[in-house]
Amino acid sequence: MSQHMMFLQGNEVCVEAALYAGLDFFAGYPITPSTEMAEMLSIRLPQNGGKFLQMEDELASMCAIIGASLTGSKVMTATSGPGFSLMQEALGYAVMTEIPCVIVNVQRGGPSTGNPTHVSQGDVNQARWGTHGDHAIVALTASSNQDVFSITVDAFNISETYRTPVVLLFDEVVGHTRERVLAPEPGEIPLVGRLHTSVRGGVDYHPYLPREDGRLPMSDFGGVHRYNVTGLFHDMWGFPSNNPQVVHGLLRHLVDKIENHANEIARYKEYYLEDAECVLISYGSAARSARHLVNSRRPRGERLGLLELQTLWPFPDQIVREKCAGAKYIVVVEMNMGQILQAVKAAVPDPSKVFLANRVDGDLITPTDIRNILRLIWGKGV
Amino acid sequence: MSVKDYIRERFFPHMWCPGCGHGIVLNNLLRAIEDLGLNKTGIVMVSGIGCSSRISGYVDFHSLHTLHGRALAFATGVKMSRPELNVIVPMGDGDALAIGGNHFIHAARRNIDLTAIVMNNRVYGMTGGQYSPLSGYGTSATTAPYTNIDHGFDIVALAAAAGASFVARTTTYHVMELRNIVKRAITHKGFSVVEVMSQCPTYFGRKNQMGSAVDMMRSYKENTVPLGSKEKQEHPELIERGVFVEKELPEYRAEYDRIIERARKG
Ligand SMILES: Cc1ncc(C[n+]2csc(CCOP(=O)(O)OP(=O)(O)O)c2C)c(N)n1
Ligand code: SF4
Ligand SMILES: [Mg+2]
Repeated sequence: MSQHMMFLQGNEVCVEAALYAGLDFFAGYPITPSTEMAEMLSIRLPQNGGKFLQMEDELASMCAIIGASLTGSKVMTATSGPGFSLMQEALGYAVMTEIPCVIVNVQRGGPSTGNPTHVSQGDVNQARWGTHGDHAIVALTASSNQDVFSITVDAFNISETYRTPVVLLFDEVVGHTRERVLAPEPGEIPLVGRLHTSVRGGVDYHPYLPREDGRLPMSDFGGVHRYNVTGLFHDMWGFPSNNPQVVHGLLRHLVDKIENHANEIARYKEYYLEDAECVLISYGSAARSARHLVNSRRPRGERLGLLELQTLWPFPDQIVREKCAGAKYIVVVEMNMGQILQAVKAAVPDPSKVFLANRVDGDLITPTDIRNILRLIWGKGV
Repeated sequence: MSVKDYIRERFFPHMWCPGCGHGIVLNNLLRAIEDLGLNKTGIVMVSGIGCSSRISGYVDFHSLHTLHGRALAFATGVKMSRPELNVIVPMGDGDALAIGGNHFIHAARRNIDLTAIVMNNRVYGMTGGQYSPLSGYGTSATTAPYTNIDHGFDIVALAAAAGASFVARTTTYHVMELRNIVKRAITHKGFSVVEVMSQCPTYFGRKNQMGSAVDMMRSYKENTVPLGSKEKQEHPELIERGVFVEKELPEYRAEYDRIIERARKG
């Protein structure tokens, strides 16, 4: 990475990265702790000829970005818990109609209005299952501003590759922490553009017929092909169908295109896992504290390691299983009541080895908090 | 071209009940488009959910069938990205004014160049005859067994107050008027609202003893008058038809181009 150094808040870094990835349409509704993103994009987008819209609510924001994406724009919205709740129906629409879009949720304490100015990681399962019906989803996160940059670009790339909404689950601490970021040069991180159909205008185009590799080339809505898009189960033309074969086929496609690529979508970082007796699994701002603890205890010979997840959904079961194979204890460090804990327990062969180190009072979990809990679990050292 | 050239036969037979007014709206919408000589590839239909919203699938344009109440929000995204397209939004009365009421007034306030056609059958047709915000006081519905105590909106007054720059009302009986008004609405630059009183014989008609579809259409003839007619003064209960608002106001997408210019100057 080179050259251009910035000193920015996580929210601002996300905006820079989105613009780097080609964002040209944003619609949103102000909410703490994500509002800076809307404010910044209201300045930046029109400078590039892009569109910034402040809509009447988050339902409208989510719908507007879907409409814009379909016409060929790279789109994003940003919100926090209450707004993310309002977006769920339209998020499901984007899943069903396979429309690329990025939804940033800078998490704050919930439920309800909760703890607007404080940190939480309570929306992990909402990102997974917030919209109704069986489906797969991609949710990514990051713990440092440098990673916010690369993960945000990844989010756009994944959304285009798999034609899927991608949720960026940041949190209040990451969103508001100011730190140094090296901005990559244009072209330094490869970008995935819209995969366009090669079918010419006037020729029958099947908007929902996957290629052999499972990808679905798109035709910019409003362009040369006239086709139907619907949230009803639909056939390869996009026509509504309740034929059991069509319904089954589409549902399997929607789930498989993500779940079968869990390893490709997985982003993670590891610290001292080779010989770790106790593996911490963490993500987002909680992972900063976990990393600090691991770095400070290693010199004392404590065999502590960290697996920092950046892809939360699809859950990287196989990777977690492999990385934890030699661990006596697995401790999930998160700021909720154990949302990733459940996924880890389901992934490893012996769930009785998996413990939770959490904090849910609106303050960032500290290395000391984690150490105190480890002492109870591990019963030594730390 | 004939109307047949504008529909997707693959989609037929349509799902509407015999006598439903929505088919008349579709027919005249297509005739209006034919009269205007619009290119099929330049038209986008964005609709929500309801019997009325099914119109979008039947037409051979770009068609986006979305969520109940949210069509105008999706349409806003489409229009902002592709301003050269003609975006037409067929809506139900519940779709436009209950669940989608907020999007409706805000689209009107922005004066974004969309054409909203509200098919007002005063009922939730698709879900089987529950009362809508247009049913009106004293009507019956499957969820108003002891009669309805909700008062109805006046779509025209609401749209005008919210800032729509073209507002009209007509009915499925007055088909030539319907066709002409839709033409004017599509041509108008800005947010256009056309309320079309459209019969639902299956639910609203049956629940309110309004007779057959033909009887209901006859009542549109008898209970409505052209805007500004003398009869209205003598019989204030008559409903006026015609174009209530048609004015030139700055259009949102065009205004946004000025924002881009300003932003680029820095
Ligand atoms: C979020 C949501 N709530 C409820 C419904 C169920 N629903 C479908 S259509 C409809 C009402 C349709 O009435 P209207 O908009 O007046 O259209 P009509 O069928 O009368 O033409 C309702 C309540 C839904 N699809 N989505
Ligand atoms: S239920 Fe009413 S609105 Fe729906 S198709 Fe039948 S007549 Fe038309
Ligand atoms: Mg209705």
